[in-house]
Amino acid sequence: MSTVNTITVNVDEYLGLNKYEVDEANPHIELASNPDREEFLKLVRVCPAALYKIDAEGHQTFDYAGCLECGTCRITAGSTIIARWTNPGPTMGVEYRYG
Amino acid sequence: MMSDFEAIVVGSGCAGPIAAYELAKAGKSVLVVERGNFCGAKNMSGGRLYTHSLRKVFPDFNAAEAPVERRVVRERISMLAPDANFTAEFTDEILRDPANESYSVLRARFDPWLASKAEDAGAEYINGIAVEALLKSGDKVTGVRAGDDEITADVVLLCDGANSLLAGQAVGAPRPTPSQMAVGVKQVIELPTSVISDRLMTSDDEGAAWLFVGDATKGHVGGGFVYTNKDTISLGLVATISDLMASETPVYQMLEDFKNHPAVAPLIRGGRVVEHSGHLVAEGGYDAMPPLVGDGVLLAGESALMCINAGYTVRGMDLAIAAGMYAGQAAAAALTAGDTSAAGLAGYRSALENSFVLKDMQTLRRFPHFMEHTTRLFTQYPAMVRDVFRKLFVVDGTPVRPIRKTLPQVAKEVGYLNLAKDVWAGVKAL
Repeated sequence: MSTVNTITVNVDEYLGLNKYEVDEANPHIELASNPDREEFLKLVRVCPAALYKIDAEGHQTFDYAGCLECGTCRITAGSTIIARWTNPGPTMGVEYRYG
Repeated sequence: MMSDFEAIVVGSGCAGPIAAYELAKAGKSVLVVERGNFCGAKNMSGGRLYTHSLRKVFPDFNAAEAPVERRVVRERISMLAPDANFTAEFTDEILRDPANESYSVLRARFDPWLASKAEDAGAEYINGIAVEALLKSGDKVTGVRAGDDEITADVVLLCDGANSLLAGQAVGAPRPTPSQMAVGVKQVIELPTSVISDRLMTSDDEGAAWLFVGDATKGHVGGGFVYTNKDTISLGLVATISDLMASETPVYQMLEDFKNHPAVAPLIRGGRVVEHSGHLVAEGGYDAMPPLVGDGVLLAGESALMCINAGYTVRGMDLAIAAGMYAGQAAAAALTAGDTSAAGLAGYRSALENSFVLKDMQTLRRFPHFMEHTTRLFTQYPAMVRDVFRKLFVVDGTPVRPIRKTLPQVAKEVGYLNLAKDVWAGVKAL
C-alpha cells in the first residue's frame, strides 16, 4: 500500500487564522460510505487544508469545516469516493480577507 | 415572455465584472450573482496581474488609484535542490513602462474595486448566494437558479472560476481530469513594508516575482512562488494533481518544507502567517478548454480553463479580463441583434481567436504536456545545476581540475541524450 510521510506541520493552526462561517448543519462535501483506502490517501496528499486525515489508530477522518472551497478533492476523486460536492449554503464557508 | 434581465453574469472575479461593465456600458440590463459575501471573498490567486488587458477596458487606468500592491520590477527564477539553490534574476527599466506593467494583487482587496466599476456603470449585484443550476429551455440556457429564486435572462455569462460546477450543464464540458488541473496552496505572511523592500532590494511600492522549480514540490510537477505585497508576502506552490496524488509528502507539508528551505526561510524570517488559502489552477492549456459558447451562454476566464503556465511566467487574470471584455461585448451585440443562440454569440470565439488570449493558449499548447513528461526538470536538473556551480564555487584545497573536464562529467550523470532530448522538447513546446 502506498504511504504518506510523517507530518510535522499543524495545518489546523493555520486554518484558525482564516475567517469562516461554518454551516454546522449542512456538510457541503459528502464522502461515499467506507471510502476506498487508496482513493482516500490521494485526498490526504492533495487537500491544501489537510481535511482528510489518517489518525493514530489508522482511521480515516474528514471534516469539511476548514474547507477552502478549492475543489481539488472533486477533481481528484469526483468519480470515486466524493459522493457529493456543492458550494456551502448562502453566506457560509470561507471568507478570504487577503485572497 | 420578457426575461428578468437581458444578461446574468455568474461570478465576480476578474472576467465577471468586466463582462458586466461592457454590457452595462452598452445599455443592457445586467445582474451579477456572486456567491461571496463580498466580491473577492472566495477568490485567490498567486497573484500577479499584467495590466495590459485592464488598460484596454479602462484606458485611463491609474495604478495609484487601484487597490494593487507593488509593481513587479524584479523577476527571479530559481532551480531549487534540497540543499542548494540557483537563481537567475532579471531587472529592466522596460518593466516600468505602463504598457508592460504588472502588479502583485490580493484578490479580496482588488476584486471589490473591479466590481465597483461594473456597479458604477449600472450593473446590479446580488452577493452571498451561489448559482446552483442553470435554467434551460431545450438546449438554450434561459437563466439561473440561486437559492429559492429563478431569474431569467436572454444570455448567461459563466465566470464562476476554475472549480465551475456549471460548465457541464452549460456546454457539456466534462469535469477536468487530475492531469489538467493543479492545486495552488498559499500563505500570506505579514512583515513590515520596509523589511520586504530591503529583503528584495526594491522601493516600497515596487517588488519582486519569484518562481521556483524543483524541491518546492519535492521533485513533483509544479513549482513554488513568491510575490511581494505592500506589507505581506504571498508564498505558495502549485502542484499538478495527477502527480501529487502519488506523492509521499502531502501538499501542505510541501509548503511548510518550502518555507523552511535555507534559500527561502530568510525571506520570511520574523513574518506572521495571516491567511492560508487554496485554489484550483487550470494547467491543461488549450487542449483542455471546454466549448466557449453554447445557446444562450458564454464562458470566460478560469471557468473556461483559461490559464497559461510557461514555466517562467504564469498568467490567468489578464486572460480573464480580456475574455470578460470580449464576452461582454459579444453578448451586448447579440442582444442588440436579437439572437443569443450559439450562432448569435459566435463573435465571442472569433474575437478571442484574434486576440492574445487564444493565440497565446495555442502557441503554448504543448507546454503542459512537456512539463508533465519531463520529470527530470523537477528532480535531476536542479541537482545538476547545483553540481555545476559546486565545481565553480566550492574551494576546499584539493587540486582544481579544469572545468572543461568536470562540467561534461556533471552532464554525463543525467545523460547527454536525455539532456538533448529534454532541451529539444522544451524548445519545441515554447
